[in-house]
Amino acid sequence: MSQAADGEIIQFDNVGLRYGTDREVLSDLSFTLYPGSFYFLTGASGAGKTSLLRLLYLAQRPSRGMIRMFGTDAITMPRRRLPALRRRIGVVFQEFRLVPHLSAFDNVALPLRVAGITDRELAKPVADMLEWVGLADRMDARPPTLSGGEQQRVAIARAVIGRPEVLVADEPTGNVDPDMAVKLLRLFEALNGLGTTVVVATHDVHLLQKVPESLIMRLDKGRLSDPTGALRYPPRRPARPADAPS
Amino acid sequence: MKIAAAFGLGTARAERMSGGNGDSELVPQTRLSGPMPWVIAIMVALTVIAMAAGLTLSNMAASATAELEGGVTVQIIEARPEIREAQAAAATEALGTMPGVVSLRHVPQDEVDALIEPWLGAGVQAGAGAAVPVPALIDVQLEGQVSEGRIADMRARLETAAPSARVDAQSDWLKPVFDAIASLQWLAIALVVLLAVALAAAVLLAARNALGVNRDTIEIVHLLGGTDRQIARVFQRSIGIDATGGGAVGFVLALVVILFVGRRFSGLGAGMIDNGALGWTDWLALVFVPIAAAALAMLTARITVLHALRKML
Repeated sequence: MSQAADGEIIQFDNVGLRYGTDREVLSDLSFTLYPGSFYFLTGASGAGKTSLLRLLYLAQRPSRGMIRMFGTDAITMPRRRLPALRRRIGVVFQEFRLVPHLSAFDNVALPLRVAGITDRELAKPVADMLEWVGLADRMDARPPTLSGGEQQRVAIARAVIGRPEVLVADEPTGNVDPDMAVKLLRLFEALNGLGTTVVVATHDVHLLQKVPESLIMRLDKGRLSDPTGALRYPPRRPARPADAPS
Repeated sequence: MKIAAAFGLGTARAERMSGGNGDSELVPQTRLSGPMPWVIAIMVALTVIAMAAGLTLSNMAASATAELEGGVTVQIIEARPEIREAQAAAATEALGTMPGVVSLRHVPQDEVDALIEPWLGAGVQAGAGAAVPVPALIDVQLEGQVSEGRIADMRARLETAAPSARVDAQSDWLKPVFDAIASLQWLAIALVVLLAVALAAAVLLAARNALGVNRDTIEIVHLLGGTDRQIARVFQRSIGIDATGGGAVGFVLALVVILFVGRRFSGLGAGMIDNGALGWTDWLALVFVPIAAAALAMLTARITVLHALRKML
């Protein structure tokens, strides 16, 4: 279990983010994510969801404030130590960001190869994962030949294959049919059941209702509200989200 | 299947956080760009040819220096033949007792006549009433190198025995030639250095171009936990293959040129040029050029890629 398993896994303290000299797109974010919790991040388009996720998966440093991840100060951490931290985080990008010259199999295998897993070790888990997301017969297909939904499933398989301690997903069900959306959500829940902290950014109200144990974080013009008490400790776990966005 | 089975690598992943060697497919192996191996081939060919020329000149100079080392020419510059011959005999006797003299030879008049015949024609020196007085020559071989001090010592000894004697180190005659050879050697060295710099610059541009083309892939790999070294290794290997292939082609091209030119020069039958033939150590040095070019290309690619990656978070 991780060092942070006893307490917080990610902690934001008074975090702000601005691009260049523009106004802050995120302001005064202070919250804590706990191991094994399932969070939905909601908010209108342009509220700053993707920016917050970029901070979570270490693609961006904040303009101010403090971020602790897995018990380490992620702001002052030397750059050479960031890859090890990133390998503990699975990411589903909004635009999938699959590597176009690699097959579906190789895209899913990528985090494992980066972590040094041999081809022999990774062959079965990757094949199993692709089978689970319904792409067993598309393993050798390259992303440009896959449909939007298929690409999204490859992206999700890639994000979860390494069993990350934190899974960050940006609109992960935006391009799949309702049945597949539910199936993918079950995948996230299964991962969550194994101890992974899941953060899903979405504006799909139906999705929130399908995970009653989830906690809601709502962003509004770069500021965070806490409709379900997700940011308190111990977090309140409502039976159903009380303040889903319309 | 159970979804948990697909996560079976969780523990293994955590244990291998330090990264491994499965990076062969992280970025496409596109060969940095089409002309790159040919640019390297041309650079290597020119470098090998320049280096071969430099080594040949060096061999020629070394050979000539060895031959002339310790050689001293004594000329008896006297218009009257009987006095010239008397002084030549006295000088030969005086130098014969001088320490450090290995051999001594009064060059016969026939040989001297033969030496000047191409310029003055036959029979010019025949008889005592020769129209053009030619100095008597004594070829002296000293042990070790000739120095100013030893020349001065010889002059002192000959001052009374042969007042018309003029003493010169044989290497002095060829000093302008040696200077010219040295200049050409420096030119060859400068060419080799310039070509190496040009090669590094070409690789730098190619690596930057490849980095730009693959920027999105690199960023993804970065966000998935790929290290700078893993990514740099891929580029390094890619350009290493380019450089090795190009270097081999360039070396073969240069080899053809060197052998062709060498054959032409050996046909001249001129002693000094013959002595410039490349030895096995020279060939070893030439073989080292494509290897060094590949190493330089890989190092340049690595530094360029690492430098560019450091700008990413």
